[in-house]
Amino acid sequence: MDEQLYKEMILDLYKHPLNHKQLDTFSIEKKAVNPSCGDNVTLQVLFDTEGRVVDIGHQGEGCAISQASLSLITDKVKGMTKEEICAITEENMLAMLGIPISHARMKCALLGWNTLKSMMNEL
Amino acid sequence: MDKNIKQHFPIFHHSPDLAYFDSAASALKPQVVIKKMREYYEEYGVNIHRGLYTASDRATTEYENARNIVAQFINATPEEIVFTYGTTHGLNMLATSLGQSLKSGDNIVLTAWEHHANLIPWQQVAKKTGVELRFIDIDEDFQLDLEDAKRKIDSNTKIVSFAHVSNTLGSKAPAKDLIALAKQVGAITIIDAAQSIVHMNTDVKTLDVDFLVFSGHKLYGPTGIGVLYGKKEKLEALSPVVFGGDMVNDVSYEDAEWNEVPHRFEPGTPNIAGAIGLGAAIAFVQEIGLENIIAHENELTNYLIKQLSTLPEVKIIGSSDVTKHNGIVSIHIPGIHPHDIAEICNQHNVAIRAGHHCTLPLMKKLGLNGGTARFSVGMYNDEKDIDTVLRALKKTLDLFR
Repeated sequence: MDEQLYKEMILDLYKHPLNHKQLDTFSIEKKAVNPSCGDNVTLQVLFDTEGRVVDIGHQGEGCAISQASLSLITDKVKGMTKEEICAITEENMLAMLGIPISHARMKCALLGWNTLKSMMNEL
Repeated sequence: MDKNIKQHFPIFHHSPDLAYFDSAASALKPQVVIKKMREYYEEYGVNIHRGLYTASDRATTEYENARNIVAQFINATPEEIVFTYGTTHGLNMLATSLGQSLKSGDNIVLTAWEHHANLIPWQQVAKKTGVELRFIDIDEDFQLDLEDAKRKIDSNTKIVSFAHVSNTLGSKAPAKDLIALAKQVGAITIIDAAQSIVHMNTDVKTLDVDFLVFSGHKLYGPTGIGVLYGKKEKLEALSPVVFGGDMVNDVSYEDAEWNEVPHRFEPGTPNIAGAIGLGAAIAFVQEIGLENIIAHENELTNYLIKQLSTLPEVKIIGSSDVTKHNGIVSIHIPGIHPHDIAEICNQHNVAIRAGHHCTLPLMKKLGLNGGTARFSVGMYNDEKDIDTVLRALKKTLDLFR
């Protein structure tokens, strides 16, 4: 049986998520939902004067896959510029998770990445 | 239930270890249904009602025979049976047509557990006409609150439309009581029988309901075919909302005169193979015996709930009375998202549904934003399947603990 999907890292991030917090000040905020799962997320990003991410927080609830991917992407973009964030591809995101993702779970895996991308386009 | 029941369903030849618990979304298809549809496509796969040749005549005969089978199954007459593309289509037809005569000040009474298919069409009517939508509440045992129904249904109520069985909770609506309340104020009654049709005897005469809709694919039939039943005089008073060929007696460049019911509601080429397949599905259900299927499903539901109750982390979202589930058991495990439950079930070849089950307002009302993990049984399930479920759930709990 394939238990790879729930490898320790994923479960650990689900139980102890990274950057799961609310920012007092932020440059941009966005809410997003994954209607098929009922996952929902609010992302907040704070840029410094040089245009680099100094802080990022996510709130909301969802399945282990969406929560783990939110932890990973929010940690990844710290210190990055808008352009560097936009350069992160879907493949990069899935590689960070490092687990096989079925068609049905793709929306969970990409929820954070998709939300962040659309935020960058709004900047 | 016959120990060899799975042999009737070809999917088990391909996936012998499949423990299928998503019959409430779509039941598996028996060989006889597939054979009957294949026979149509291979031997007489032509259009109905128009062709003056042998194959078309056979297609018409089989299509109309399927209508007879459906009519007999729910104790209606064939002219009261309209073939649709499914429950959603039937409900949209009714909302669009009946909505035309509603006005501000009127109200439509639904329930808190409606599927989006019996909610959104009425919301659209409300937006256009200004009618009020009211929702009969549920009580602490997840049953409809009849006292609340008495408050909500009043002299301004024009339509009362409700799911006979909730697809999320498995609870059954007190249909006769609701219909009696609606009749007192002259409201039109509609039953969404999508979930109930396969779990109980449906007799439209006893129910005395004006309209009743269901889908073929939850009744072991094909997808893309459904039924809209209407009392003959109610169907005759209903304006068609989809137009085209085969629904008319006479047409000029300026106007058209409708064909008889039910044909005026079936414009264009219908799902001929689907209707014939549905006829075969109902014949199959009758051969196995709906009573036998119900008894088997009740035994299994009982066993499932008993087994689930050995896992203290598992909360059942539905009645505490095992006899009030109609083959549907929704669960919630605090701290574990339903999609993760479903994923691990799938790794054990257990197919379940996770999420909001197209009842988002109900999920929000119950404070279950991630929805539930839903197990629904069919005639082919057995205790071994349920034992596999328990193994999958124990594994889920171990992983997330």
